[in-house]
Amino acid sequence: MLSAAPRQSESGARTLLKAEALEKRFGGITALADYSVNMGRGELLGLIGPNGAGKTTVFNLLSGVFKPSAGRILLGDRDITAARPDRRAALGIARTFQNIRLFAEMSVIDNIRVAFHMHRGRGLWPTLVHTPAFRRAEREMAERAAEFLELLGLQDVRRERAGNLPYGLQRRTEIARALAADPQLILLDEPAAGMNPNETDELIAVIERIHHRYGLAVFLVEHDMKVVMASCDRIQVLDRGRVLCEGRPADIRKDPRVIEAYLGTPRKGSRAGS
Amino acid sequence: MTAERRNTAALRFVLPAAAAFVLAYVLQTVLDDYVMSIVNFVGINIILAVSLNITNGMTGLFSLGHPGFMAIGGYVTAILTLPAARKAMFLPDLPAWLAGLQAPFVPALVVGGLCAAATALVIGLPVLRLKGHYLAVATMGFLIIVQVLITNWDSVTRGPLGLNGLADLTTVWQVLPWVLLTLYVSWKVKFSSLGRTMIAVREDELAAQCLGVNLFFTRVLSLALGAFFAGVAGGLWAHLVTAITPSSFSLIMAFNIVVMVVVGGSGSITGSLLAAVLFTVLTEAFRPLEEHYGLYGIGEILMALVLILILIYRPGGMLGTREPRFLVDDDG
Ligand SMILES: Nc1ncnc2c1ncn2[C@@H]1O[C@H](COP(=O)(O)OP(=O)(O)OP(=O)(O)O)[C@@H](O)[C@H]1O
Ligand SMILES: [Mg+2]
Repeated sequence: MLSAAPRQSESGARTLLKAEALEKRFGGITALADYSVNMGRGELLGLIGPNGAGKTTVFNLLSGVFKPSAGRILLGDRDITAARPDRRAALGIARTFQNIRLFAEMSVIDNIRVAFHMHRGRGLWPTLVHTPAFRRAEREMAERAAEFLELLGLQDVRRERAGNLPYGLQRRTEIARALAADPQLILLDEPAAGMNPNETDELIAVIERIHHRYGLAVFLVEHDMKVVMASCDRIQVLDRGRVLCEGRPADIRKDPRVIEAYLGTPRKGSRAGS
Repeated sequence: MTAERRNTAALRFVLPAAAAFVLAYVLQTVLDDYVMSIVNFVGINIILAVSLNITNGMTGLFSLGHPGFMAIGGYVTAILTLPAARKAMFLPDLPAWLAGLQAPFVPALVVGGLCAAATALVIGLPVLRLKGHYLAVATMGFLIIVQVLITNWDSVTRGPLGLNGLADLTTVWQVLPWVLLTLYVSWKVKFSSLGRTMIAVREDELAAQCLGVNLFFTRVLSLALGAFFAGVAGGLWAHLVTAITPSSFSLIMAFNIVVMVVVGGSGSITGSLLAAVLFTVLTEAFRPLEEHYGLYGIGEILMALVLILILIYRPGGMLGTREPRFLVDDDG
């Protein structure tokens, strides 16, 4: 844009997402209280905390799955607190789910192509009449899908029913699908859960690749410390619905409060939570 | 898409369509009127099953309202095609602009279908907020409301007496093009971006919504699309039976169409088509049995049994969501 529209501030121009004093109550339970976050464009931010700390709740609020009980959310300069999830997706927020939610009966490539519809899909009439615009859109979608299949190493299973894939590939399909939504910000909820160390290393590589190639802001919830420490510029620690502290990975690792609340206590049971 | 691939894609549709016309011609010359009317019922049931498959099978909206849309299309078509003299006799209280109107069959069918689709848009607003069984019950309520309205709106529908002595306009040459159009439309939609969003909504609506799919728009579109063809089928049905009453379009009919979609495989166009053929032919085959031995209802009982067996042993139906591979020209 050429016209020099005065930006409010230097940091305002770089901030992508801002959540202010978010609160989420379920009946009597306060799952999240006074939660704030500031994410820059292209930043890689980590969110950690013990089971039930409220990490998934943060993602549900940011993606519009839940409406906050209080507080507001800004994407750029736009207040999206009341926007539905589909609207937020169109504005550039994509996500994956802790308990994978693929379109099980659809093929891997079709899972990915669904994400193209909001920006490239055509309406009923062009579809029925098979207009040139429709044909072009379908061709572009097929080409771009191939790009994401390749990026996540899914070419060989492109026609496979998504529900039949092994766990690791399902996780990757979900990431590919979220990327295909052409987001500015991608929310990854425990992408390494259930992966073996090999797959986890590949995942770290993939996250770095998408971060570099698309200049994407990544917000990462992860129990696997290796992933968070390796990928993130900055980490937020949640405990019992509140932000405990926030900082660079090296500092977080040393912070006594974190060690007490989280790192210090041995984790029990499986890490795949709700 | 290269030129030859486009050609093979076109051939996939044109060849079977041409074959269907030849078949219709042969049947027309060989079969007597009674058997020919069964052929037409097969065609109408194909339209019904394939169109309900858009709503129920692809988008996963469990609708029992299909006969309601048929009734709307059926009555609209019947009133439009009725000659002015008969209108004066049957429906003396009809508004003047309608009383003098007599439309040819095809435009009347189109208007009937559009009225059904418009009704779908209106009822979609409240009803499509519901899911699963709640939606099934609500659409059943819609069907009952339609029946009650038709029964009581004497001046336009002639109440419980219905309209009889309609012209027998429904020939195989009317039915076949509509069958092909229904197949074409649902095929085209299924293998397009639009259709993928419908199936995505069925599979996981939250995930679909988080990928930018407008749930309400997708649901309304698929309900209205299904309703349009149900309306047309209602018009064809009325002019095949040559009579229409409020009880013509019942809950049992809704059940039968749902059975066809489920048995064929929810989402599979080919499956719905095959199931429609199978069920119509079987029901007719049982008719002599029923009449000779007094075993009335044996056809329905068998149909219900087949449904239960399919639900237990093959819940995806004959074909699941898929189409036979050789018919598909798509990467997915
Ligand atoms: N839909 C809901 N209804 C009621 N309570 C909920 C709901 N979602 C989350 N909660 C509660 O909110 C709290 C935070 O849950 P959340 O899923 O955000 O935790 P988490 O940090 O993601 O945990 P985990 O590591 O197990 O995934 C928990 O006490 C949980 O029981
Ligand atoms: Mg969680």
